[in-house]
Amino acid sequence: MEKFDFIEMRIPAKAEYVGVVRLSISGIASRMGFNYEDIEDLKVAISEAITNAVDHAYREGDDGEITVGFGVYENRLEVMVADHGGSFNLQEIKGGIGPYTRSEPVENLREGGFGLFLINALMDKVEINNNYGVIVLMTKYLYETEVGLDDDQISTTQ
Amino acid sequence: MELTIDVVKQDMKSVIQLTGEIDAYTAPRLKSTILPLTEESGHTVEVDMEDVNYMDSTGLGVFISALKSTKETGSHLKLVNLQSRVSRLFKITGLDEIIDIDTAIRGGNE
Repeated sequence: MEKFDFIEMRIPAKAEYVGVVRLSISGIASRMGFNYEDIEDLKVAISEAITNAVDHAYREGDDGEITVGFGVYENRLEVMVADHGGSFNLQEIKGGIGPYTRSEPVENLREGGFGLFLINALMDKVEINNNYGVIVLMTKYLYETEVGLDDDQISTTQ
Repeated sequence: MELTIDVVKQDMKSVIQLTGEIDAYTAPRLKSTILPLTEESGHTVEVDMEDVNYMDSTGLGVFISALKSTKETGSHLKLVNLQSRVSRLFKITGLDEIIDIDTAIRGGNE
């Protein structure tokens, strides 16, 4: 089995803790050698996933917890955000996500409509599991290791 | 993890100076500051984002609702001095097509 380190955090399903998780992922990703741009992408993606879970808990009138897991692999970071709340209409969430197009009237724009779209745009792989609560599993690869093998690049990693 | 909001309000134009991060925690306060200003017909609301070092879709949501409000009342919303990371989110989502964004970035690396 592939070797990896695992870090887990449990936070209250409250908006004020989104920033705490952002600081954590920033630390983990920079420890792994992700570049500045990728770390910023990871911060946005994880915040979107947690914001969804917080909104969901809030709508259900549930002040539960969110579990965040970080799988630190040689070549990638896997991030899991699990919200143990009740059931959730995945089709509804997936329906109509995408960037704004000019043909769309401004009045139709949904204020909360870009979260999942951004996760998809910023991460390399995204899976959503809806069997028990909602689990978002997203992966970002460390491409620098491959770039290091390219003749056109001067590798600074040893 | 905080957001400081400073508003300088004049007759025809308000300038909102933001410092910090726009996320699920800080966005509601930003929304309740911006919306009343956009509800004045003919008013220009300029948001200076130079010191916003983090924003996610909750921030996009605030600016979408502000934009809708300007369409209803005939006011104007303008975002200025965006850091490249922040302006990237407007581009990815296509919102740069409908929101007035000043792309001249001071001290940016684009």
